[in-house]
Amino acid sequence: MTAQWLIVPILLPLLMAPLLLLCERWHPRWQAPLALLSTLAVAIVAAGLVRMADTGTVGVYLLGNWQPPFGIVLVLDRLSALLLLLTAVVALASQIAAAPLAARGPHFHAFFQVQLAGLNGAFLTGDLFNLFVFFEVLLIASYALLLHDAKGRALRAGLHYVVINLVGSALFLIAASLFYGVVGTLNFADLAARLPQLAPQDAGLAQAAALLLLVVFGIKAALLPLGFWLPGTYGAAPGPVAALFAIMTKVGLYGIIRTSTLLFGAGTTALTGWGADAVFALGVVTMGFGAISALSSQRMGKLIGSLVLVSSGTLIAASTLGEPALAGALYYMVHSTLAIALLFLLAHSIGLQRGATADRFGDGPAVTQPVLLGLLFVFAAAAVAGLPPLGGFIGKALMLSATINTSVMAWFWGAVIGSGVLGIMVLARAGSRVFWNVNGAATVAPPMAPSALGGIAVLVLASLLWTALAAAAARYTADTALQLVQPHLYVDAVMRTAPVPAPAKEH
Amino acid sequence: MTAWFVASAIGVLTACGVWLCLRARSFDVVLGLTLLTYAVNVFIFAMGRLAFNMPPIVRPGVPATLAHYADPLPQALVLTAIVISFAMTALVLTLAMKAYHVNGSDACDPPPTDKGAGTGAAPP
Repeated sequence: MTAQWLIVPILLPLLMAPLLLLCERWHPRWQAPLALLSTLAVAIVAAGLVRMADTGTVGVYLLGNWQPPFGIVLVLDRLSALLLLLTAVVALASQIAAAPLAARGPHFHAFFQVQLAGLNGAFLTGDLFNLFVFFEVLLIASYALLLHDAKGRALRAGLHYVVINLVGSALFLIAASLFYGVVGTLNFADLAARLPQLAPQDAGLAQAAALLLLVVFGIKAALLPLGFWLPGTYGAAPGPVAALFAIMTKVGLYGIIRTSTLLFGAGTTALTGWGADAVFALGVVTMGFGAISALSSQRMGKLIGSLVLVSSGTLIAASTLGEPALAGALYYMVHSTLAIALLFLLAHSIGLQRGATADRFGDGPAVTQPVLLGLLFVFAAAAVAGLPPLGGFIGKALMLSATINTSVMAWFWGAVIGSGVLGIMVLARAGSRVFWNVNGAATVAPPMAPSALGGIAVLVLASLLWTALAAAAARYTADTALQLVQPHLYVDAVMRTAPVPAPAKEH
Repeated sequence: MTAWFVASAIGVLTACGVWLCLRARSFDVVLGLTLLTYAVNVFIFAMGRLAFNMPPIVRPGVPATLAHYADPLPQALVLTAIVISFAMTALVLTLAMKAYHVNGSDACDPPPTDKGAGTGAAPP
């Protein structure tokens, strides 16, 4: 009976979206509370799903009650559950903060719910083609959110984002159909079970498909050389939308972790551990590029976009280093997502109080609330850069201690610590230029709206909570990593799930 | 021979699509994306193996193996892919049109004189 809960995080926002459109037409005042209620409900269900996944069993829901591997399955393991909860929390904060933005154009809340459904679906699905469909769902909603209330520069950045993602979708389709062509299935569990029996002459095709998948997920996760679009696009997005997009790179990361552990992980196949060194190297290069891009940023939005690259590179590099490093990376992932979303919301609020200077690093009017915004900025900067005592530091310490005395220690430690130092420098410069380089122009901007404060409060609380509960959280992520490196748990759970028998006919 | 025709059709479509996608005008890029999705759709179809005069639906009396039927799954996948790519093309077209009207040109990147647009530097 409990398996039915797996469909709720997808179905609820998807049903809510058309309802919100109707609401917008006839009762516009109800729209925002209704949308918030829906996101809140998804968050509560996600918290329940985390508890359910934490028992160690892999939850499986058969859509349409088909016998696996036929038909589409939804699968809930610890990783999916964690990402669902993270998505819901970030979405909640972003939605609260987006209230003024949503009022400036049509359909914002409906698109937001579709985006939520797409994200949740991508984290839950156990089928490669269905993953593609959910990618498209979340992308088409993200295009609309990105361009909500967009002007010239944002329109161009939006066009780049749409085109690069469409090319990514084409590559995803080629990869998925190649897998179908050589293995004969698209179900993750079935793929994992059948890949070891791959005929030797098909190994090359399977490797090509795996590489194409890596390119697709690399575009989403902004892995270099596929991530040049990210700082510009995120920098051009409205603040609350950019905060939600902090979770979007995690979809790519999720894809990389899921495929590398489940499909190309255990067992002896042509794909086992294949290309892991290259992915690690690209992750390290991404961190370096992100740090340099952050140094060269002239706007707060672009700076934070560059920090997204650093975080993404760290996570991808660490995810290739085996189970203890993966556990640390998952802990770090949650905190860095929350911190980056927080920075985006703060940058938006700061930009609103600096008149025409907005979030650019130049002399501008002083912000209206320097103490409040300044303290919040210091908190967010410390969280992103990984300074103690916040969760970013614990996550980095977990990753670093997991790689002591390994062959990649020098590279990984150098990249993590180096990008951390650069991050502190860049954020300190940004803070001093925004808060202290004032040209004496009169400040006329109103103080922060309650909605902006509310969104920020959600993220600060979540970040503090993740730090305060570090022991329990690190235990959960360690269990997650342990579950991920045992792909047979996932495969067995899916393949052994029997359809619900039809009720007996009465005669 | 048929396989050769299908394969080269996919190859030509992909090559044209990639070339057009690399052009600097949004109209060309949209055309390129369209060609690319055509190539991908044919590719998905071909991944179910090319079969002639074979229905994808099971008939009574004929054993249900792929020797007697066309694989129905890629046909279903390709329908999904066509619908999605159609919607995406429509979206990118509206977007390109809007960008053209707002920016006054359909160039994908801002001209070099227009400093503020791409680099993030400040127009006053």
